Amino acid sequence: MSVDLNSRPRLAAGCRMGENNKQRVLLMPERALRLNGPSLEIVSRCDGKYTVAQIIGELQLLYSKAEPHKVEQDILGYLELLQKERALDFDV
Amino acid sequence: MPTAINNPLALVAELTHRCPLHCVYCSNPLELQSRSNELSTEIWSGVFKEAAAAGVLQADFTGGEPLARPDIVDLVRNARSAGLYVSLITSGLPLDEAKLEALVQAGLDHFQLSFQGAREETANDISGTKSQQHKLRVLQWLKRYRIGLTLNFVIHRRNIDELEEMLAIVEDSGAGCVEFASVQYYGWAFANRDKLLPTRQQLDRCVKLLHRAEEHLSGKTRIVFVVPDYYAKFPKPCVGGWGRKLMLITPSGDALPCHAAPVIPGLKFANVKNRSLREIWEHSEAFQKFRGEDWMQEPCKSCDRRAQDFGGCRCQAMLLTGDANATDPVCSLAPQRPKVDAVLAKTNDGRTAGAELASPVVISADKINWLYRPNPA
Repeated sequence: MSVDLNSRPRLAAGCRMGENNKQRVLLMPERALRLNGPSLEIVSRCDGKYTVAQIIGELQLLYSKAEPHKVEQDILGYLELLQKERALDFDV
Repeated sequence: MPTAINNPLALVAELTHRCPLHCVYCSNPLELQSRSNELSTEIWSGVFKEAAAAGVLQADFTGGEPLARPDIVDLVRNARSAGLYVSLITSGLPLDEAKLEALVQAGLDHFQLSFQGAREETANDISGTKSQQHKLRVLQWLKRYRIGLTLNFVIHRRNIDELEEMLAIVEDSGAGCVEFASVQYYGWAFANRDKLLPTRQQLDRCVKLLHRAEEHLSGKTRIVFVVPDYYAKFPKPCVGGWGRKLMLITPSGDALPCHAAPVIPGLKFANVKNRSLREIWEHSEAFQKFRGEDWMQEPCKSCDRRAQDFGGCRCQAMLLTGDANATDPVCSLAPQRPKVDAVLAKTNDGRTAGAELASPVVISADKINWLYRPNPA
């Protein structure tokens, strides 16, 4: 499964953002995922409006010291993982 | 004792022991609580607030059948407004379309529907009730809503061969997650163990099929397989470690580190009517009892895996060895492992097991002498 750059990720059914001890978390059926730094920047943009390409673009600016290609690969890998974990759906 | 105690993350709210089903592996205790002992709406709602304040993220409403509580919609609303993520673990039986709509409006995050089989006759036999058709109707109603959906198939010797049909139900439902949860042997399941434990051949076939299904459903439905731990090499990290992640509140308000904990003799449980949740979590005798590693014996004490599986399940150690401090006897390193092997040998003994596998339909359900759980007063 590969992520389409033009698709728009959004949180899957049963997933929403929450907070625990001032730490942002992604709440999912039976699980929760701690979000910080880049993972929070990515997931907070998964709202059905941003395309994958736009998320990559914004994070490349945000983490401009990192190698842009590496940022892209990391984001694609993370989005794919979240889809497998059923935390994200991709609207096309 | 660890120096710092982490927050509890999940609150399992056993709202009632009442249930229209009589499943032969029910995880409720053999001594069921009656309706008159159940906590009120107000007390539960206070517990949800205390839980959220103590750092709990998720409330799992279970039972018995949580829908047997007439105030279930209020409980969902109050848990959600306290800040918790709310799951309903249900048979779906006492549900109609209006109640489902009300639950979703009240903020229900996640609906977990239990199945006793894929075929109607199997499901009805296991649950001692006619239930399957209604569950399939509930799945259709759920398609109207965008809430989390998990199907939970409790599997064992009598239904594990229906796996393909179960997967067809999953695929049609569009559920985000399916759990194939092998029966774990406590309470009613322990009483019916000889009739429920699958054979090794059944288990191998099941694992193969699930690997294939995992690929097929990837990105659509996440598959969770809970192994029958008698067949495992190492024990399960039961409840994520004693007093590390989860608290269970019984219908009458006792706070348990694990639903089976009352099998451990001498363990006293604090009640949410008398003490705050945080105080119970941090200081009560029951939660302290097996926290950390001080209680461990060899081979756990010096084992590399002790931080992974925490020595396995204390209740299983008690049930099978008579010593709650022993290494979980399902562990291949446990001195008492031969007890589990003897049970497996009996299950896999030549002709009985083989004959069942060749033609599972020949097992006539009405010849099985099940011990069904009753409904409490």
